[in-house]
Amino acid sequence: MVPDNKNLKNKKSIWEETTLNKVTSRFPARKNLVTGSDEEIDNLYIPDNNFSYDEKLGFPGEYPYTRGVQPTMYRGKFWTMRQYAGFGTAEESNSRYKYLLEQGQTGLSIAFDLPTQIGYDSDDPISAGEVGKVGVAIDSLKDMETLFDGIPLDKVSTSMTINAPAAVLLAMYIIVAEKQGVTKEQIRGTIQNDILKEYIARGTYIFPPAPSMRLINNIFEYCSAEVPKWNTISISGYHIREAGSTAIQEIAFTIADGIEYVKNAIGVGLDVDQFAGRLSFFFNAHNDLLEEVAKYRAARRIWAKVMKEKFSAKKEKSLMMRFHTQTAGSTLTAQQPDNNIVRVAIQTLAAVMGGTQSLHTNSRDEALALPTEQSVMVALRTQQIVAHESGVANVVDPLAGSYYIEQLTDKIEEEAWNYINRIEDMGGMVKAIEKGYVQKEIQDSAYKYQKSVEEGDRVVVGVNKFTIEEPAPSGLLKVNPELQKIQEENLKVVRSERDNAKVEKCLAALSEGAAKEDVNLMPLIIDSVREYATLGEISNVLREKFGEYRESIVL
Amino acid sequence: MDKKIRIVIAKPGLDGHDRGAKYIARALKDAGYEVIYTGIRQTPESIVATAIQEDVDFVGLSLLSGAHNELFPRVVNLLKEQEAGDIIVFGGGVIPEEDLGFLEKRGIQAIFRPGAPISDVISFIKSKTGSTAA
Repeated sequence: MVPDNKNLKNKKSIWEETTLNKVTSRFPARKNLVTGSDEEIDNLYIPDNNFSYDEKLGFPGEYPYTRGVQPTMYRGKFWTMRQYAGFGTAEESNSRYKYLLEQGQTGLSIAFDLPTQIGYDSDDPISAGEVGKVGVAIDSLKDMETLFDGIPLDKVSTSMTINAPAAVLLAMYIIVAEKQGVTKEQIRGTIQNDILKEYIARGTYIFPPAPSMRLINNIFEYCSAEVPKWNTISISGYHIREAGSTAIQEIAFTIADGIEYVKNAIGVGLDVDQFAGRLSFFFNAHNDLLEEVAKYRAARRIWAKVMKEKFSAKKEKSLMMRFHTQTAGSTLTAQQPDNNIVRVAIQTLAAVMGGTQSLHTNSRDEALALPTEQSVMVALRTQQIVAHESGVANVVDPLAGSYYIEQLTDKIEEEAWNYINRIEDMGGMVKAIEKGYVQKEIQDSAYKYQKSVEEGDRVVVGVNKFTIEEPAPSGLLKVNPELQKIQEENLKVVRSERDNAKVEKCLAALSEGAAKEDVNLMPLIIDSVREYATLGEISNVLREKFGEYRESIVL
Repeated sequence: MDKKIRIVIAKPGLDGHDRGAKYIARALKDAGYEVIYTGIRQTPESIVATAIQEDVDFVGLSLLSGAHNELFPRVVNLLKEQEAGDIIVFGGGVIPEEDLGFLEKRGIQAIFRPGAPISDVISFIKSKTGSTAA
């Protein structure tokens, strides 16, 4: 970085042989000095004379966006503080959202229960035991009306963690807004809508890849014309990392997923600049602060290159990787749960110094249960302290120019490209998933990590070192076990009050549309939702036409 | 020679968190056991069918969604109904302390909670089979 650093490499060798060696011969370096992702770390980082500022970094808001997607970053406005929440009935979740907004949260993030995420109604036998457990149960438009009651949809932006049935939940959101007098052009938010990582890591898939990709294309096309402020997909590395991948694998597989979506959309005739600006990403924030910061920077640079060089995108917005971050659930420990507050603070710093657009911070008690209101408040306060007190948000890309950070960014980029190219050689991400390649790579990393914890090579404070006897935690959040019955009753009412002949007609039209590949299903789904067809009914119509995905198990 | 101990690791319910289940399956395999992993989103009925068909000694259930109180006892009951009550059922996942007594009463013989090392699972299996080798 500095031009008069000739012979630095030689000087370093001399330093190693003399000064360093004198010390390490008596006091060797600690064992296992590796990154969180098991990458070797050099004994010292020095300037790299081949480093080109223009090529590698550029200026914030400019290609290749390594330093951030906006010119001012948080000097203009802080990231969006967005806590993922939802449980029980729509009423309970509604009051949690209002609480979070009162506490200064700036966007909503909806957690749905598993039956909703997999397209089953609460009264389906397969939903037994799962209703309202990990998120809110939504069966029909009725529940969605309750969920957003009193929350002005022209004022808040809403992120919905919904994938296989994303079209249905988006349709419900559009109609709830409409009933509030808010137009499709006004609503802002995100649907996750990232089916590939469901096959890879998260598991809430319904249909096989081909019809799933069609639904995604239908959403891209519909929203680019009708819902212009909506982020149509959140291409997610979060769950890949939670499943045990390394930081490199996290961004490599996520970008490879992104490439597959873009290829598919172009394949059905969409213009890249028509939809690429609405693609968003979602990453994890782990404990290795510096590796994480380098990871985000590398990811931005790779995506900009992919969009410019591979897909010839023209609009600046199409080249920018905008992303949401969530702190790492898998790093939370059930033991000494207060320690998790500290972990989350470190992870928050990583996300912020890495230039995230929005952030969810996990709560201290989440290795044990869904978080209580008190613990959610501490998590939100952690973001507010980093924003207002730490000072790291006052400067753009504060770690740029660190020898270590820049070289780590380069290394992560290089190794991520190796994966991306390997997946391209296999014929793309769908092929790589069908072969089980991606799953196996992640599993191997997860296995290696867990072994190193079990063998004590990696210290997890409170788990394999610094352990104490502690009483069972108390005051955990408990979801009402009667919930399933309540939802079943609500469903009965909905089914008896709606115009069933109209519902039948809409579902028949949807079924017909699903059979023809060139039909955009969004309008047909909106029609069905408007008549209070349930999520399960709509999903079943599509299941019948599309079939269901079966995972390929690799151990 | 003793027959190798056979274990099915299964994921009942709808959650896709299979990191723990896959780790346990692989680590038990490495420890010398015969392990069958079912994959995610299995019904109690299909888990019991697999257990009986594969003639296993243990069924290990992994669940992180909170549906354990409904689904774990259902596996135990179905095994009993199908005269396979000798198969030992254990479980793991995000399971609060206060549910442990309930699950034990319903025949789940051990619960391994977050952070439990694989050696605990192996000790449990050995204590039930009375053997020192896998």
